[in-house]
Amino acid sequence: MHQFLQQIFSGLAAGAIYASVALALVMIYRATDLVNFAQGEMAMFSTYIAWTLVNAGLPFWAAFLITLAVSFVGGMAIERVLIRPVENAPVLAAVIVTIALLLIFNSTAGWLYSYTVQDFPSPFPDRPVFGALITTRDLGVIAVTLVMLAMLFIFFRFTATGLAMRAAAQNPESARLCGIPVGRMLAIGWGLAAAIGATAGIMVAPVLFLDPNMMGGVLIYAFAGALLGGITSPVGAVVGGLIVGVTENLVGTYLIASQLKLTVAFALIILVLVFKPNGLFGTAIIRRV
Amino acid sequence: MEKRHVIAPATGSPGGAGGAVFGSNSAQWISILALVVFAVALPFALSKYHVFELTMVMIYAIAVLGLNILTGYNGQISLGHGGFFAAGAYTAAILMHRYGVPYWATLPAAALICFVLGVLFGLPALRFEGPYLALVTLAMALATPQLLKYFDTWTGGQQGINLPKPVPPHWLEIDRDRWLYFVALMALLIAIRIAANILHGRTGRALIATRDQPIAAVAMGIPTARYKTIAFGTSTLFTGVAGALAAIVIGYVSPEGYSLFLSVSFLVGSAIGGIATIGGAIVGGLFIEFVPNLANDISDAAPWAIYGLAMLLFMYTMPRGAVGTVWPWIGKALMRMGPHKIE
Amino acid sequence: MAPILQLRSVKAFYGQSEVVHGIDVAVEEGGMTVLLGANGAGKTTTLRAICGMVRSEGEISFAGQRLDRRSTEEIASLGVAHVPEGRGTFIGLTVEENLRLGGYTRGRSDQNIQRMYGYFPILAQRRRQQAGALSGGEQQMLAIARALMMTPRLLVLDEPSFGLAPRIVEDIFTIIDRIKQEEKVSVLLVEQNATLALELADHAYLIETGYIVTSGSAKSLADDPQIRRSYLGY
Repeated sequence: MHQFLQQIFSGLAAGAIYASVALALVMIYRATDLVNFAQGEMAMFSTYIAWTLVNAGLPFWAAFLITLAVSFVGGMAIERVLIRPVENAPVLAAVIVTIALLLIFNSTAGWLYSYTVQDFPSPFPDRPVFGALITTRDLGVIAVTLVMLAMLFIFFRFTATGLAMRAAAQNPESARLCGIPVGRMLAIGWGLAAAIGATAGIMVAPVLFLDPNMMGGVLIYAFAGALLGGITSPVGAVVGGLIVGVTENLVGTYLIASQLKLTVAFALIILVLVFKPNGLFGTAIIRRV
Repeated sequence: MEKRHVIAPATGSPGGAGGAVFGSNSAQWISILALVVFAVALPFALSKYHVFELTMVMIYAIAVLGLNILTGYNGQISLGHGGFFAAGAYTAAILMHRYGVPYWATLPAAALICFVLGVLFGLPALRFEGPYLALVTLAMALATPQLLKYFDTWTGGQQGINLPKPVPPHWLEIDRDRWLYFVALMALLIAIRIAANILHGRTGRALIATRDQPIAAVAMGIPTARYKTIAFGTSTLFTGVAGALAAIVIGYVSPEGYSLFLSVSFLVGSAIGGIATIGGAIVGGLFIEFVPNLANDISDAAPWAIYGLAMLLFMYTMPRGAVGTVWPWIGKALMRMGPHKIE
Repeated sequence: MAPILQLRSVKAFYGQSEVVHGIDVAVEEGGMTVLLGANGAGKTTTLRAICGMVRSEGEISFAGQRLDRRSTEEIASLGVAHVPEGRGTFIGLTVEENLRLGGYTRGRSDQNIQRMYGYFPILAQRRRQQAGALSGGEQQMLAIARALMMTPRLLVLDEPSFGLAPRIVEDIFTIIDRIKQEEKVSVLLVEQNATLALELADHAYLIETGYIVTSGSAKSLADDPQIRRSYLGY
C-alpha cells in the first residue's frame, strides 16, 4: 500500500510536467487547429537557456524568470515569422512546419551544447517527507505547476486580454469584428505556450538530466494526455496529463518490464479513447453536410 | 470554430500527375514509354552505389504512395507507417532467414500480412480523426522498436537479422545491385498502376467523396467505413511491400532502423511531394533518400537543422507539395501551348 | 449633410469571383439605409466588403476616412459595428463576457453593459449563461448589444430577422428603431423582410445580381409597383 501511494505521488509529479506541456499543446490547438510537434523541443531549448544563465552565475529563480521572458518573446516570434506564412495553407503543411522546427531546435541544441547529458540544478532539496510518501523535489514540481495553472486561470478568466484570446480562438471572425487583433492574440498564445513549456522543461531537467532529446518522451506523453482529456479542453489537458503520469508510473512498477512500458501505457490510453473518442472532457466536433 | 481542411481541397484532376500519366492518350503512352526506357537504361550509366540509392528512392516512393492513399485520398494523417514498413521488412527477413523462402516469394506474403494488419488496425483507428488518429498511429510507431526487441526469438532482438543475398537469374548477366534496381522498378510500376486504377475508379471517387463530404457520402449510400478500411489496408499493403523490398536490398533488419523518425520521414515525403498525387510519391522518395545526405554535406555539425530548413523551404514555396503546386501550372502552360486538348 | 458611409464604384469578391460589380451606396448620418435584394444578389458580400472581410476594389469612406485596405479590426475600432449573418456570438462564452468583448476597444465597460441590459432586460437575466444556450431571438439581441458596446457611429446589421418568429422580429425591430434614436447611431441594414425594413428605413437600395437597380427614399420604393410585386408580395 505504501509503495502504491508512493508510485501515485511520483506519478503525479511526472504528470504535472505532462499536464503543463499538454496545456501548451491545447492552447495552440484551440487557436489554430494545429498540433505543435515542436512544443517539446522549444521547451528543451528554453531549458538550455536557463542552464546557460545558471552556469553564468545567476541565482536559480532569476534564471528561471529570465528564461520565461525570453521563451515568451521567442514563442511570439516563431508564430509571427514561421507559422504565419502557412496560416492559410493546408493543415498538413503547418504540421510539417512544426516537425521541421522540432528537427531544427533539436539539431541546433546538439550543435551548440553537444549531445552530452548535463546535470541540471534543482531549486528544491531532494529528501523524503510525509513518511517517505513523496520527496520535497516532487512536491516542489507540483507546487510550481499549480501556481502556474492558477496564474493562467486568472489571466484567461479575469483579464481583458485573456478574454480576447479565448474569443479569438473560438471565433476569429467575430473577434475581428469586435476590434480584437486576432493575429496578435495568436502570437501571445504561442508566447504563453512557450513559457509554459519552458517551466515544464526546467522542472523536469533535474530528473531526466538535460540533453537535446530530453523532451521527446515528455512531448509524446503530453500529447497523449491532451487527447485523453480532450484536445479542445484546457481542464482536460491538465487532468489527462496527470492521469498519464500516474498510469505510466503504475504500469512501469506493477504490470510489465519497463521495455514495454510505453507500449502498454499507450494501449491503455487508446482503449479509453475507443470508448470516449473525443477524450474525457472534449466536445464532439459537429459536422454538417 | 472554423475547421481547416486537413489537406488541400482538390484542385483540377484528382490524380494530379498520375491522372495525366495514365490517361489513354497515345502521346502520353509515348512519353511513358520514353520514361520507362530511360529508367531501364539509367543503371548502366551509373556506379553501383548510385544504383543502390535510386533503388531506395523507388522503395521509399512505394511507401509514400501507400501513405498518399491514406492522407491524400482519405484525409487521414498517419505517423505510424514506419511500423508497417517494419512489418513488411520482418516478414521478408523471417521467411528468408528461418524458412529459406526465396526473396521474391516474400513480397506477396508481406503484402498479404500488411494488408491484414492494416485492416485490423484500421477498424478501431477509423473511429479517430485528425490529431486522435495521429496519436494512435504515433503510438504504433513508438511501439514498433519496443515490440521488435521484445519478441526476440523471432526478430533476433537488438542484433536483428542478416539476410542471404539475393542472386540475379544467371541468364541475365547483370550484377546484384542492378538486378535489385529492376526488381524495385517493376514493383514501383505495378504499384503506380494499381494506385491509379484504385484512385481513378469507383473506389477512388468513393474515397474522395468520403474525405470531402463524409456525411453526404453516407447519405448517398457509400459504405464509408468499408472504403476507409480498404484504403487503410491498401495503404499499409504498399508500405509493407516497400519494407520487404528494403530488407532484401539492404540485406539486414534491426529495430533501430524502424524508429519514429522513419514514419515521420514518410509523412514529410508525402507532404513535400504533394499528398493527393502519384507523381509526388517519387519526389517524396527522392527527398527521403537524398536530402539527409545533402544536409550532412552542407553541415555535419547540425545536419537535421539543414534538413528542417529544407522542409520549411518546400512548405513555404509549395504548400501543396511539389507536384500539387507545380503540376496545375504545367497543365495550364501545356493548354496554352498547343491546340491539342490535354484532358 | 455629408453621408457617414459612402461606397463609390465598389466591386467585391467572393473567393476568386466578382459578385458585386461596382456599386454606389451612401448612408446618411443618423439615418437608416436598407439594402434589399434576393438571395445571392450580393448584399452580404457588400457588407463584408465594408468591414474588410472580403477583397474589394473601389472607394469606401467612413466619416472622412478610407476603409478599403484596412483590416477588419481597424475598421471596427474606427466605429463600424457589424452584426454578421448568423449573429456570430461567442457561443462558448457567457452573455456578459460577450458584451465585455464588444467593449474591447473602449476600455472599461461596466456602465455600457448596464445600459445594454436596459435595452435588453432578458440578457441581464441570462448574464451568467453561455451564449450558446440562448434562443435565436436572445442571441440576436446579444449580437446587437455586443455591437453597441463598441459605441459605434455606424451599425451594420445583416438580416437580423433571420430564422426568427414574426413576433420576435417585430420586437427586435422596435428596439433597433429606439436604439437608432437614443444612441445616435446610423444604421445600414440588409433584410429579407422588405415590408418591415421599408417601414423603418429612410433610404433604400435594391441589388440584383451585383448591381444596384433602384434606389431612393424608402417610401418611394415601397410605392413602386414592381418592387411591391417582387419583394413585398402584394
